[in-house]
Amino acid sequence: MQLILERRAEPSRLMALLSPLLAIALTVVTGAIIFAALGFNPLRALSVFFIEPLSARWSLEHLALKAAPLVLMAAGLCLCYRANVWNIGAEGQFTMGAIAGSLIPVLLTQWQFPMVTVLMLALGIIGGMVWGAIPALLKNRFGASEILTSLMLVYVAQYFLDWLVRGPWRDPQGYNFPKTVSFDDWQLLPTFGGTLHLGVAFAITAAIGLTFLLAKGMKGYEIRVAGLAPKAARFAGFSRQGIVWFTFLLSGGLAGLAGIGEIMSTVGQLQPAISPGYGFTAIIVAFLGRLNPVGALIAGLALAATYLGGEEAQAALGVSEKVSRVFQGVLLFYILGCDMLVNYRIALRGLPRLRLKTG
Amino acid sequence: METFILTIITAATPLLIAAIGELVVERSGVLNLGVEGMMVMGAVSGFGAALLTGWPLLGLVAAILAGTLMALIFGVLTLTFAANQVATGLALTIFGLGLSGLVGESLVGLPGAKLQPLYLPFLTDIPHVGRILFGQDIVVYLSIALVAGVSYVLFRTRLGLIIRAIGNNHDSAHALGFDVVAARYACVAFGGACAGLAGGYLSLAYTPQWVENMTAGRGWIALALVVFASWWPWRLAVGAYLFGTVMILGLEAQARGIDLPPQALAALPYLMTILVLVLMSGTRILTRASAPANLGQPFIPDR
Repeated sequence: MQLILERRAEPSRLMALLSPLLAIALTVVTGAIIFAALGFNPLRALSVFFIEPLSARWSLEHLALKAAPLVLMAAGLCLCYRANVWNIGAEGQFTMGAIAGSLIPVLLTQWQFPMVTVLMLALGIIGGMVWGAIPALLKNRFGASEILTSLMLVYVAQYFLDWLVRGPWRDPQGYNFPKTVSFDDWQLLPTFGGTLHLGVAFAITAAIGLTFLLAKGMKGYEIRVAGLAPKAARFAGFSRQGIVWFTFLLSGGLAGLAGIGEIMSTVGQLQPAISPGYGFTAIIVAFLGRLNPVGALIAGLALAATYLGGEEAQAALGVSEKVSRVFQGVLLFYILGCDMLVNYRIALRGLPRLRLKTG
Repeated sequence: METFILTIITAATPLLIAAIGELVVERSGVLNLGVEGMMVMGAVSGFGAALLTGWPLLGLVAAILAGTLMALIFGVLTLTFAANQVATGLALTIFGLGLSGLVGESLVGLPGAKLQPLYLPFLTDIPHVGRILFGQDIVVYLSIALVAGVSYVLFRTRLGLIIRAIGNNHDSAHALGFDVVAARYACVAFGGACAGLAGGYLSLAYTPQWVENMTAGRGWIALALVVFASWWPWRLAVGAYLFGTVMILGLEAQARGIDLPPQALAALPYLMTILVLVLMSGTRILTRASAPANLGQPFIPDR
């Protein structure tokens, strides 16, 4: 008896919906095993990790806030990966967006008018776009692998940020801590009532807008063809270079917006650590959402829950919050494994097969 | 000068070992981007095992095992389930960085067991060259042996011919009756063993301690080195030593108080990786000719 994969005649729509749920279920089971291996009661640990962080109104707001940067970045990455363009440096574009947007509050302190917040956001987008443009340029001009260049630029951006906040941009009144000046209240993103701020609205807009672009827009059509049938795209005259530029600038700009959005809300100033790996988690979000920007909206909430769960589990059980990174990795394994069920069915060879219909 | 060369060798060795493994993987047509994750798991397992047993060599064995196990996860997903190789490799890195941080939490700051260098009476004591030629730890010699061995197997044996055939055209190789999936499993496992060993070398010889994320992007640099070497083993050795030199020059410049921010020097290897990729990919003759044609493409036999 042997396990083999059989290609389906066409992709299964049912499995396309079920496979992410199956992946989550398998991750929860694996999570229970990991907790048991660490010496915790698995049921109690799972409820602390997955349920308690979502049991209050303020914590749901917290979840949306954590999800916002993830969704914003993942929506752009969905388009990249659909087109077979591998931007894995969103973390660096996030960092550069945060730096570029902070130019005004740090250097141009005399600029004291409400339009400044809009300018900060615009600069954040530009910062991310510039950082995303580098791998696109190197890919188009020299054929250098965008996977490796975009990732290398993450390290460069992080060292650049580190240098800025320890050197020229350090707050002179900051007791030598590696931080810039704290932003003024009016330089932060406006909130609606509670803690939810404009960043959440950006994320929802981006996810819905890009879904439309992908489904109805000409560029979206080019991206889908380029990913599914590269040869057909070439014969249709779609410019490969154009697609690389478009997807990198778009995803870079969104990552930059996510970066400055975090600085203008949760963080409130530049410091060496501004992101708990959001740029890499966004990759998982994109895949869990099956590379659909709207799917990423839901997936972003799921991944945000692993961050909150990690914090909760650390507080309540004393488990390291690193557990959430492990869960994220395991989740991506299962997503990729279950994805196979969309295009293939598992068959057991060596068993008598029931066939109701022949031919 | 002697010490300077010795430190370069120590910096280059983990890059070389991780890259030679990945070279074999890519020659068989598989792109495993999880080198960083396998390496960091090798580092933490090697350190832990050496600490527990007090025997650094056992640490190396543990590191190899950890890397291989990680590679097998990748193998099951990409080879058996035909999952996307780029995404699975990334998942392997995210998972490895997370898991190593988790299991290594209690090891942070502990003094490690250091892999001792070789000592041959008289030979090691030869002035200037003795310690460079005869006073290294065994992994350094092993790394050179690996390059020679891989070069020989890939280009002088039937097995190597099969591996390269599978990497260039898996459909034809399958039609000729070769077991594509099994051969790729073996190559992926070898790549994992090498990455694990490279990680173990970091935590047992380069800096004998465990620090979270201590691989610091070396797995990714190893991937770039394979492109730099245009998939030729001996060119890989040149590349690894070149990078080792740049890394050490950065540290050296810092120690001599050269007026550059330390962050700029720390970013140097990553900038150089980008530069190297641009230069190599720009010269199409070098890369096109030897890049495995089926690199990164999933294979499912349609029976």
